[in-house]
Amino acid sequence: MAKTIDDQPTPTLKDRVSKIGEQVQGSQAWNSIFRPGSIFRKGYTDSPRNRSYVIMNSVLYHLHPVKVKRHAVKVSYTLCLGGLSFFLFILLTVTGIFLMFFYRPTAANAWQDIQTLQTSVTFGLLVRNMHRWGAHLMVLTVFLHMARVFYHGAYKPPREFNWVIGVILLTLTLLLSFTGYLLPWDQLALWAVAVGTNMMGYTPVFGSQVRFVLLGGVEIGSETLLRWYVLHVIMLPFVIVIFMAIHFWRVRKDGGISGPL
Amino acid sequence: MTEIPEHLLKRAQAAREKAAGGDDATSGAGNDRISDQLLDRTKAAGAGVAVADRPTAVVAAPAAGGVPIGAGPGGHTQRLLTVVKSGSIQEVKAAPVDKVHTWPHLLAIEFVASLACLAFLFIFSWFVNAPLLQAANVNQTPNPSKAPWYFLGLQELLTMFHPMIAGVTLPGMGLIALILAPYLDKNPSNKPEDRKFITSLMTVHLMFWAVLVMIGSFFRGPGFNFVFPWRDGIFFEL
Repeated sequence: MAKTIDDQPTPTLKDRVSKIGEQVQGSQAWNSIFRPGSIFRKGYTDSPRNRSYVIMNSVLYHLHPVKVKRHAVKVSYTLCLGGLSFFLFILLTVTGIFLMFFYRPTAANAWQDIQTLQTSVTFGLLVRNMHRWGAHLMVLTVFLHMARVFYHGAYKPPREFNWVIGVILLTLTLLLSFTGYLLPWDQLALWAVAVGTNMMGYTPVFGSQVRFVLLGGVEIGSETLLRWYVLHVIMLPFVIVIFMAIHFWRVRKDGGISGPL
Repeated sequence: MTEIPEHLLKRAQAAREKAAGGDDATSGAGNDRISDQLLDRTKAAGAGVAVADRPTAVVAAPAAGGVPIGAGPGGHTQRLLTVVKSGSIQEVKAAPVDKVHTWPHLLAIEFVASLACLAFLFIFSWFVNAPLLQAANVNQTPNPSKAPWYFLGLQELLTMFHPMIAGVTLPGMGLIALILAPYLDKNPSNKPEDRKFITSLMTVHLMFWAVLVMIGSFFRGPGFNFVFPWRDGIFFEL
C-alpha cells in the first residue's frame, strides 16, 4: 500500500491568516477600492516615496499637497485654527444628524422632543451638549482664525479673494449658529431670536419684508421654527460646504498658507 | 534612503559584468585618450568645479567590479567636455523652498489637534449641560431678553443708537470694510513692523466689539440696565 508522505507541516494559524490576507489584497474588489500605489495595496514602509503615496493615492489629496512649506507645519504660526474650525464643522454635522432623529420642528413638539432626548435617549444629553458647545466653540475658532490671518497679513495678494470667501464663511457660521439657537424652542431661544429678528426688521427700505420672510409671518411661531430648521439643517450647511470647498482649493492654488513673516 | 528600482539595479549589474569582461583589452589604452591640452583647458575653465587631473585618479573611488567609475559600458573613459551652469540655459523662476512631507509632519499635528479638541469638547459636555429653559411662551417676556452672545455687541449698540444704525448700518459697514480689507490695504509687506497702523486699527476694532460683547453679556441685567456681575449676579445664558 502506497503511503503518502507529507513533508509539509500543517499550516499554523499565522500562515493561514497571512494567506487569507494575500488573497484579499490580490482580489479584484480590493484593487478596485485602493488605487495603484496606495499603501493599502503594497504595504507601508517608511520612505520618501511612500510618504508621498500616502497623500497622493488617497482622498487626502483633495485637501493637502504632498509637500508643504516647512514653516507651515509650525503650530505657533497657524494655531490649527482653520483646521479645527473644519473639524468642528464635521463634528457638528455628525452630532446634528444624531439630534435630527429625535426632533420635530413644530411649536407643539420641539421643546418636548428636546426634553425627551435629554432624559430618555441614550447619550442624548451628551450629544446635545456637544452640539451646543461645539457650535459656540466653532464661532470662536472661526473668529480667531480670521484674526490670526489678519495679523499675519495673509489676506494680501494673491490671497485677497480667499479672504473674501473667509468673511462669507464667518457670516455663514454666525447664521448657522443663530438659526440653531431657535430650535430648542425654550424661553431663551424664543426671545434671543425675537431680539435678533427685530433688529433685522430695521433694514432700510425692505425691513418689514425681510422680517416677514425670516419669520414666515408677522411674529415668531411654528412657521418660523420650520423655516429656521430647514435653514439650519440643509440650506446653510449646503451653502457653507460649497464655500469651504472653494476656500480650501484657493489655499492651495494661492501657494499654500502664507508666510513666513 | 531612496529605493532604487530593481530593473535599474539589474541593468547596472549587467553593464558592470560586461565592462569587467572587456577590461583587459581596453583599460590600458582608455586612459591615454584625452590629450593633456584638453585636460588643461578643462581645468582652467572649470573654476570651482572639481575636475580630476587625469581620469586615472578616479579609479581610486570604490568600484565594485574593479572598473573605474568614469568608465562607460564599453570600458571607454568618459570625458568632461564642459559644465553648463544652471541658469545659463534654464530660466530658474523661483528659489527652491524648504518643504517637508505632509505625511507625517502635518497630518500628525492635525490628528493630535483634532483629538485634543474632541477630548476637550467631550469632557466639557460631560460635566456642563446645555441650557434648556421652560418651553417657549410668546406671552411671557423674560427680563432681560438677550440675543446670542455674538450679537450682544449689536444689542449693546441698540442702547445708544437708533435701531437702523445699530442693528443694520454699523454691522453692515463693519462687514463691508472687512471684506474690502485686502483691496484697501495696499501695503505689500506682511512684516508686523511695517504694518503698525493697520494692526492697531484692527486691534481697536476687535477690542471695540469684544468690550461691547462683554458689557452686553455680563454687565446688563433686568431692563437691560447696567449691573455689576459681582454685586447683582450674572444675567447670561450661553
